[in-house]
Amino acid sequence: MCGIVGLFLKDKALEPQLGALLTDMLITMTDRGPDSAGIAIYGAEDTSASKLTVQAEDPDTAFDGLADKMAAALGGPVTLTRNDTHAVLRVPAGKAEEARTALREVAPDVRAMSFGDTLEIYKEVGLPKDVAARFDIAKMSGTHGIGHTRMATESAVTTLGAHPFNTGLDQCLVHNGSLSNHNSLRRKLQREGIHIETKNDTEVGAAYLTWKMQNGATLGEALEASLEDLDGFFNFVVGTKDGFGVVRDPIACKPAVMAETDQYVAFGSEYRALVNLPGIETARVWEPEPATVYFWTHDQAPTPSKKAA
Amino acid sequence: MMQTYDLQANGLRELNAALHAQANDTNQTSWEIVNPRGSHAVAVGLDAPIEVSVKGSTGYYTAGMNKQATVHVHGSAGPGVAENMMSGTVVVEGDASQYAGATGHGGLLVIKGNASSRCGISMKGINIVVHGNVGHMSAFMAQSGNLVVCGDAGDALGDSIYEARLFVRGSVKSLGADCIEKEMRPEHIEILRDLLDRAGSDAKPEEFKRYGSARQLYNFKIDNAY
Repeated sequence: MCGIVGLFLKDKALEPQLGALLTDMLITMTDRGPDSAGIAIYGAEDTSASKLTVQAEDPDTAFDGLADKMAAALGGPVTLTRNDTHAVLRVPAGKAEEARTALREVAPDVRAMSFGDTLEIYKEVGLPKDVAARFDIAKMSGTHGIGHTRMATESAVTTLGAHPFNTGLDQCLVHNGSLSNHNSLRRKLQREGIHIETKNDTEVGAAYLTWKMQNGATLGEALEASLEDLDGFFNFVVGTKDGFGVVRDPIACKPAVMAETDQYVAFGSEYRALVNLPGIETARVWEPEPATVYFWTHDQAPTPSKKAA
Repeated sequence: MMQTYDLQANGLRELNAALHAQANDTNQTSWEIVNPRGSHAVAVGLDAPIEVSVKGSTGYYTAGMNKQATVHVHGSAGPGVAENMMSGTVVVEGDASQYAGATGHGGLLVIKGNASSRCGISMKGINIVVHGNVGHMSAFMAQSGNLVVCGDAGDALGDSIYEARLFVRGSVKSLGADCIEKEMRPEHIEILRDLLDRAGSDAKPEEFKRYGSARQLYNFKIDNAY
């Protein structure tokens, strides 16, 4: 099972409600997967700083002095804002990737959840309502976000096995399904020098997209290629700094519903997840086609139907 | 007398229990369900000649295992609508998600919008009329009954079909293993005319092509292996 939700706002007036809307959508999907949950939020851009979202098993100790150590490693100011087991490190603009690399040296026990300019990822073991509450996701504002509630099949129930997965600068991925060639693909990607932390199948899917993009593919091309190279079942919802995409495998046995109005584009594993969105009664609601990449961005005029990337 | 039931206020179990309690000679023949909000298993397992009208979209397994009843969804339906229907009528005004009418033994399923993948998979006597398109692998292993598609059919229509009749007005993206186009004889035109009429479609039977089993899968044939 697993439940996925996604919300891409076209109407700026809804931005203060992004966290609340996503939280409500995700809680509705609880019975599709109650073992861990996570949310990726794309917030307002701060041109003076980039962000590294981190997580620690023992945050009291691990976050103590971390900002200073990172500042020394990066040679510039770093601030730390703690949120439960997570913290957002604001690093000098453009240094998010460098910061992620430095973190492995400076604090090997602290895990990077996401890096980029606007993306923050929060995920933990537990029910969506509890995970959302501990990070107070409902209070967060932003332009778009995706959420996931997991029923584990391919690897252990841990924080690092929870979704969303960070696939690159300001990029993330959630997955409903199971990949059957993840072991062989993991070995291949590791030979290519891609860092993979867990035995989780989705992490391999995320690493695959990262690898494709490092080799020159656009996200859209990487998603198209995933239809060939990934074996198994998948609905992917991806987030980028200014966009939001959806792709389903050719068999398309995992459920997916989309809704679009003048105010937003929304994704849910089921229609239930969408029923509290404003104006849903008159939204255009449809099921995304198998083996088709859909993409929306803030840069372009809203796409009337599908495709792009 | 019309019974109105608010699904959000009163819950699913109470609704289905009330519908199951209707006898053949009930005088509560007309039910309206409001606020379905994508709920699963709305009006499943009915066995009485009642009419149930659902005002909105539903989730998984709407009107599954239906007998006798007429269930009308004024919205779209999630996966498995009218799964294993035995008799009666189910009408979906909007779209239906995957495996609509799966394994159905009888009755009529009408989808006014599109149906997605695996529509009529393993159908065993049900009649299904889709006003729009159907997705890939529709009528997979279909055994008996009729699937009528007024729009287009996706990939692998009628893969490994036994003896059901498939009628498609538009294009067929590809035919599945052992499914072939067949001659449309006068008796097929009559079957189709009756189904289109009962489904409220004004499509002309003469505009359809018929597909069915080549009956070559009963013995192993290497060309059918992938």
